[in-house]
Amino acid sequence: MSMNPFDEIAVEEAIRLKEKGVVTEIVAVSVGPQKAQETLRTALAMGADRAILVLSEDEVEPLAVAKIIKGIADEEAPGLIITGKQAIDDDSNQVGQMVAALLGRPQGTFANEISVEGDAVVVKREIDGGLQTVRLALPAVVTTDLRLNEPRYASLPNIMKAKSKPLANKTPADYGVDVAPRLKTLKVTEPPVRSAGIKVPDVDTLVAKLKEMGVA
Amino acid sequence: MAAITAASQLGEVTALVAGAGCDGAAQAAAQIAGVAKVLKADDAAYANALAENLAPLIAGLMADYDGFVAPATTTGKNVAPRVAALLDVMQVSDILSVEGPKTFTRPIYAGNAIATVESSDAKLVITVRGTAFAKAATTGGSASVEAVSATADSGLSTFVSAEIAKSERPELTSAKIIVSGGRALKDAATFEQIITPLADKLNAGIGASRAAVDAGYVPNDYQVGQTGKIVAPEVYIAVGISGAIQHLAGMKDSKTIIAINKDDDAPIFQVADIGLVGDLFTLVPELTGKL
Repeated sequence: MSMNPFDEIAVEEAIRLKEKGVVTEIVAVSVGPQKAQETLRTALAMGADRAILVLSEDEVEPLAVAKIIKGIADEEAPGLIITGKQAIDDDSNQVGQMVAALLGRPQGTFANEISVEGDAVVVKREIDGGLQTVRLALPAVVTTDLRLNEPRYASLPNIMKAKSKPLANKTPADYGVDVAPRLKTLKVTEPPVRSAGIKVPDVDTLVAKLKEMGVA
Repeated sequence: MAAITAASQLGEVTALVAGAGCDGAAQAAAQIAGVAKVLKADDAAYANALAENLAPLIAGLMADYDGFVAPATTTGKNVAPRVAALLDVMQVSDILSVEGPKTFTRPIYAGNAIATVESSDAKLVITVRGTAFAKAATTGGSASVEAVSATADSGLSTFVSAEIAKSERPELTSAKIIVSGGRALKDAATFEQIITPLADKLNAGIGASRAAVDAGYVPNDYQVGQTGKIVAPEVYIAVGISGAIQHLAGMKDSKTIIAINKDDDAPIFQVADIGLVGDLFTLVPELTGKL
């Protein structure tokens, strides 16, 4: 198991903001089974200051994750919450938006560039057809797109140091969150398989095929 | 339009048109086949589809409706989960089909598996994969337009600017033919020189792999894949694209896939209907010349 790529980008951005002096502390949060601790240690090795693991052996849906993060945010009062835009397993693309809704805070989704300017964060967002820039009152929630940054690798000394950084263990019940799923998965099937194609020897044959299809 | 088709499979459809000066859009929405009613929320607060202003409007209207259906576009993906959380329901993202009143299929793991899920929530919040449903006809409807009062501007977010790429070319998600380039195109100038003439000949949209976007050959919104655009054209021509699963997730529902690649073992050939092995720098100009 490794960290979701969008979350690596989120951790990297938090660290860069700290390096710029606009962030004082970075708290990494994961909701999941005990082995999610390894993911948090990776975040600590990259540069997060401390971590919170909310333990649940069952799968937790985005809405419940968002409620847990809201609970943590109520306690920690972060100025900025950064999440990945989506997890590449469930592909839901929901948690950041839901956290923002539950906290009643603005959201900068699919961020391509972010800068903190006083009591606001300016977010350049990747949208269909181009880019959109919005200005959000802090505290705010930002979700990362692929091109926000290039995440760093944790160095061996930092991996060693990360082992002694604080990691708090919590449960969903600590935040009063019921993680019972709202969506029931009835079945999981393989997508339809494409039938094997052919290889053509040259451009002329390809042109003939395109003409057969009526596209040329 | 695909979202309206999906919504029609669930019940009577009311369209919400929110924006600043959106009378024309509301009138157009009223003509769409399958739309029974149009709600129009015309207010400066909705000018740039900011989620902070739209979500409370939609959540408020949901007292009278069983479900909210949005297309899985960047706007839909931005707003719908915020609506879902305000209503305390789980969103069903990017559905491929409606299997029952509360049962849907959706792709997971970059489209490598299809999950059938059933919602137990009182209200539905759904985003719809545009390529999985037929587009509703833009004429034939005769819905009434009813104005709804706007919610107050949240004051949480403001629109600063937008950079929208201007293009005469067919829009990627609706193009019938797409010519897509990958890392093998070398640089922006070569991409332009090789891909654009072929796309012009075929009146095709232009797409790209993540590698080509990251390398700066083309802008971000050209990206086809799991985290970019999902397309399903009649013909998808992949040039110099190896076919990583993240890319395949965005185009493998295309009707016909044609791959041009010098690596005979590239994974793209496993999904391609027609493959041509060779050097794209000679083959593509030759192809363009012979069309």
